[in-house]
Amino acid sequence: MPTDPLFQPVASEARSPRTVSLSFNDQPLMVPAGSTVAAALLMSGINRFRATPVSEAPRAPYCMMGVCFDCLVTVDGVPNRQSCLVEVAAGMRILAQEGARDLLLQPANIAPGEVQP
Amino acid sequence: MSAESVDVAVVGAGPAGMAGAVALAGLGLQVVLLDEQGSPGGQVYRGITLAPLSRRDMLGADYARGNELAQALAASAVRYEKGAAVWQVTRDHQVSYLYGGRSHTLNANAVLLATGAMERPFPIPGWTLPGVMSAGAAQILLKSSGLAPSEPVVLAGCGPLLYLLGWQYVRAGVPIKALVDTTRPEDYWHARRHLSAALRAWPYLRKGLELMRSLRRAGIAHYRGAEQLAVEGTEAAAALTFSAAGKPVRLATRCVLLHQGVVPNIQFSQSLRARHEWDAGQLCFSPVVDRWGELDVPGIFVAGDGAGIGGAQAAALQGRLAALGIASQLNALSTAQRDHQAAPLRATLARHLRIRPFLDAVYQPKEENRIPADGVMVCRCEEVTAGALRGFVALGCAGPNQAKAFGRCGMGPCQGRLCGLTVTEVIAKARGVSPGDVGYYRIRPPIKPITLGELAAE
Ligand SMILES: Cc1cc2nc3c(=O)[nH]c(=O)nc-3n(C[C@H](O)[C@H](O)[C@H](O)COP(=O)(O)OP(=O)(O)OC[C@H]3O[C@@H](n4cnc5c(N)ncnc54)[C@H](O)[C@@H]3O)c2cc1C
Ligand code: FES
Repeated sequence: MPTDPLFQPVASEARSPRTVSLSFNDQPLMVPAGSTVAAALLMSGINRFRATPVSEAPRAPYCMMGVCFDCLVTVDGVPNRQSCLVEVAAGMRILAQEGARDLLLQPANIAPGEVQP
Repeated sequence: MSAESVDVAVVGAGPAGMAGAVALAGLGLQVVLLDEQGSPGGQVYRGITLAPLSRRDMLGADYARGNELAQALAASAVRYEKGAAVWQVTRDHQVSYLYGGRSHTLNANAVLLATGAMERPFPIPGWTLPGVMSAGAAQILLKSSGLAPSEPVVLAGCGPLLYLLGWQYVRAGVPIKALVDTTRPEDYWHARRHLSAALRAWPYLRKGLELMRSLRRAGIAHYRGAEQLAVEGTEAAAALTFSAAGKPVRLATRCVLLHQGVVPNIQFSQSLRARHEWDAGQLCFSPVVDRWGELDVPGIFVAGDGAGIGGAQAAALQGRLAALGIASQLNALSTAQRDHQAAPLRATLARHLRIRPFLDAVYQPKEENRIPADGVMVCRCEEVTAGALRGFVALGCAGPNQAKAFGRCGMGPCQGRLCGLTVTEVIAKARGVSPGDVGYYRIRPPIKPITLGELAAE
């Protein structure tokens, strides 16, 4: 649930003229248009985006550039969206991703028997 | 599956990709430039075409420089596709990307990979807690959204990007609690043999000195030679602890920004099975390329930080050099013309690269922050600790790909991006061999997550 936002606009930033409304875990939020979902959630005081499938530890964005996958959320019913790469849109329904193992088309990382270093 | 044919597909619209694509189009070739971001600029010039003037000013002149490249791109014949996440590049030059919920494929005569760098992993206790981010991540929030930490922040680690962010925060009036520097005073002394070359790259050196001076003037607490960094907290970061000058320090904060340099993003060159070498100076793997950036996979070129860290200006020059190499291979330019046009670019490139050995030596990340203690999480996705990894080695695990089989290490959604180098170095140390002998994860497409639905829509 929201706490004091970890990130806020710097003093010289003009207030964003356009906002969109969306929801996170069914709670309505007004955020600047054009921002990424991750940026919008961070400035709205969301500090837990998902929990890991292994130990259900809380996670939030680490890299903001599509590398770490710690920002995964469910957007409009689609799980495993990288919120640092998705732009906000009016009416978006965002849900924290609690522990679900990904349903992505994962690379067949190891074929059985293939264990050369 | 329908595929469109183009002369050259360029992946990545940072300085290397923008400069390369514009040069290729200028030589009469038909070019498609793909980037997953919503606007051109790459990491260094992120959001350059969208940032309001006040933000551009706060970020500094080096950032504003990106505007020239972005304008040249807009004025060129390059077909720039924003929001296009490339998920596969094949050895026979097929480039597949996701755009608007569908996968598209290009058949290119040549491919230029300009996917840049990513930050080196910084595995310390607590680095997975919410509130801990990379300095680059915080800089992305600043560049693209004008956001900064709302309470005094702790910057920790080493390297130009960390100090640059501090400088930008000072200019933006963002309170900084402390700069916790892992660089020791003696590191400058050890790097002295690179100093004469660095002095000949004076603008870089002066810039670095100015950054540090501005942090000092702003009165920011600066701890040097910090060791045993750890983030405290249960549900989120609460403090950074470390020792400096032999004394334990605890700084309460909800926001810790970590950084210890950038490394090439080698997802594509690895997935192409191109040859890579361990770079003992930059402590990372880089693809082996020729003078034009061509891999040992014919017709596939790499330019910019993806081929080895050289910085933004070097990246743009490498992009132009690769463009010459490609154009000559595609018979749009004679080899004599190519070599003639390349000569001045090479001279300038050499000037920009002079500073690197010095930077690499001074800001070499400390071993304890690359090869962590047993309790520290190495693979964030599957939650595999360094201790577990060493356990696998004791059972005969010889390299990163075996680590996957032993304990799912590197098998989560990030595909090893955030643990690959750590896993290589932990295993190398445990086995007493060089990281080059241990090697890296075998990377397979899709490089970017793609759903079956998106694939089926092609
Ligand atoms: C987070 C971060 C911040 C940085 N900030 C600075 C800075 O402020 N100043 C500075 O001097 N240096 C900075 N650097 C160093 C910087 O990376 C380089 O100097 C410079 O950006 C390298 O240029 P490039 O063209 O090689 O790659 P980049 O500028 O990194 O451009 C690569 C581009 O490729 C795109 N891309 C990658 N993979 C894919 C894919 N699969 N599909 C589609 N597109 C893809 C990316 O979106 C990106 O736009 C930063 C590095 C990082 C990682
Ligand atoms: S924050 Fe790292 S992938 Fe989104």
